[in-house]
Amino acid sequence: MLSPVILLPAILNGLMTGAIYALVALGLTLIYGVLHIINFAHGALLTAAMFAAFFAYTLLGLDPYLAVFLLAPLFFVAGYALQRFVIGPAAHGEDRNFLLVTLGLAIVIENALLYFFRADTRTINLPYAFNVVEFGPAFIAVPRIVALGAVIALALALWAIMQWTDTGKAIRAVAKEKLGAELCGINVAHVFAITFGLGTACVAVAACLLIPTYYVNPTAGDAFVLIAFTIVVLGGMGSVAGALVGGLCVGVIESLSSVFLGESLGQIGIFALFIVMLLVRPSGLFGTRA
Amino acid sequence: MKTYLPIIVVVALLAAVPLFTTSNVVLNFLVTALLIALAGQGWNLLGGYGGQYSFGHAAFFGTAAYATAILQVRYGVNAWLGLFIGTAAGALVGAAIGALTFRSGLRGSYFSLVTLAFAEVLRIVASVAPITGAGVGMLIPLDLHAQAFQFQSRVPFYFIALALVALSLLVVRAIENSRFGAYLAAVRENEDAASALGVDAFSVKLCAITISAAITATAGCFYAQYFLFIDAGIAYGPWISIDALLAPIVGGAGTVFGPLLGALAIKTLGETTKLVAADAPGLDLVIYGLLLVGVIGLAPRGIAGLLRTISRLRPSSGTTLEDSHG
Repeated sequence: MLSPVILLPAILNGLMTGAIYALVALGLTLIYGVLHIINFAHGALLTAAMFAAFFAYTLLGLDPYLAVFLLAPLFFVAGYALQRFVIGPAAHGEDRNFLLVTLGLAIVIENALLYFFRADTRTINLPYAFNVVEFGPAFIAVPRIVALGAVIALALALWAIMQWTDTGKAIRAVAKEKLGAELCGINVAHVFAITFGLGTACVAVAACLLIPTYYVNPTAGDAFVLIAFTIVVLGGMGSVAGALVGGLCVGVIESLSSVFLGESLGQIGIFALFIVMLLVRPSGLFGTRA
Repeated sequence: MKTYLPIIVVVALLAAVPLFTTSNVVLNFLVTALLIALAGQGWNLLGGYGGQYSFGHAAFFGTAAYATAILQVRYGVNAWLGLFIGTAAGALVGAAIGALTFRSGLRGSYFSLVTLAFAEVLRIVASVAPITGAGVGMLIPLDLHAQAFQFQSRVPFYFIALALVALSLLVVRAIENSRFGAYLAAVRENEDAASALGVDAFSVKLCAITISAAITATAGCFYAQYFLFIDAGIAYGPWISIDALLAPIVGGAGTVFGPLLGALAIKTLGETTKLVAADAPGLDLVIYGLLLVGVIGLAPRGIAGLLRTISRLRPSSGTTLEDSHG
């Protein structure tokens, strides 16, 4: 059981899966860190993005890795508009209403997809989807390596945006002290919407990286959201680095607990970790005390 | 006594419904609405009055449903006894989760997420453990006798559900009027300030989650008896956690009648959209979701809040149905 022939592939595959988890969590943690709301529509937006990537390939013949450059800006705009014109006004600035509005949106998006595309599960066939690279005893599919690289690049880019651009500074200011930022002339509604847009763009990128090896149906995104919550808590709410490291950890843990506990109990490891983490160190690995 | 009068009136009005119709469609609709109102009343006590937003009330609902089902199927225990044991089991799970989470000082979103995780762990365990019937679920054998808590007609079920809801209304009203209720509201408004004034916030929250879990647990037991089938997705699935928080928030969180108003509203909304959308899959829920967002946009304090605003606009209309806190 403990032989490296089994463990190494499990760990490497876990890292690759974890990269996608990290990306979904990145969007969630960004939104949480700034707006202090739990975005229940995140999974539905991921599903929508997966459908978009699917149809970009089947209808336009656009390779998912190229579709990123179309879908990420598109979803950024969609996320911006959603927050600015729907969620923000409807929520009246109250946490519980944010929760309900995003929940309502999730219901709308998921069922609109169900209505238009039915419950069929769809996949695309890319010529390179089954190419593998050998790492010792492990064979890793090429799309998963691409995903890991892309996620790390995106996390770095996001971190740079947050660190050095004016928009990034404004986002951090709003996250720290909303009222103070507003008094300094920062348009909080605009910053909220930008953040929501960035979070949604992350989801679009995740969808494009997922679609070569994953399937899409109207509830495909849900599976990722609970895991993303775990990662957000593990890494520290609002922390970009935390989401990245947390995502990779969770991927490995899931993969290892599937090996040791069997497929159906694989996710127990994640939730157990989640609960223990919350009870012992709720601020997460990289978070500051909330 | 005066504060209990609205409860008596509302329950009496609802109790009169079977005099006018015994249509299974109407009663089925009302029973499921009452079921949601009951589960939601549990959530309301902890979330509405105590400010602790649980996303995992399915943990209590499901534990109770499984407890009563397992006791009946595997140990031949009487269903009525199962109702009490199931409620106690749900309360116990509530106390355990509360002790763990409140002891480690989890608040706000952290509390919400950890309750969600507990419900998910239970769901996954229930979907593989042999005692719960694993993926197949549990079927309570048909035995249409009053002593087995099973009835041919919907009417007795309706009255039992109404009685449970009435009891939950009275319990919550009594808590609202009590010293404990004041502590709970103080913890909701500002936990640190409440602690500074000598309120033992931990005990107050622990007590609240235990009672809250017990109320939602009775809904779980009732569900098992009414539908005679449960599986992991029904008992511990997110649907009940969502309905249990949706009903009070839509109706007016932190008000006695919020869950009942909300449950009736969301069930009506759901059934109407089903009728409108006919057999197009998903369309009904699209409309439902849109209406939900619209309702929250227009009535951010729930239906109870909306009613209060309307009555303030027309001061001559007398007292409102609900005026627990401003």
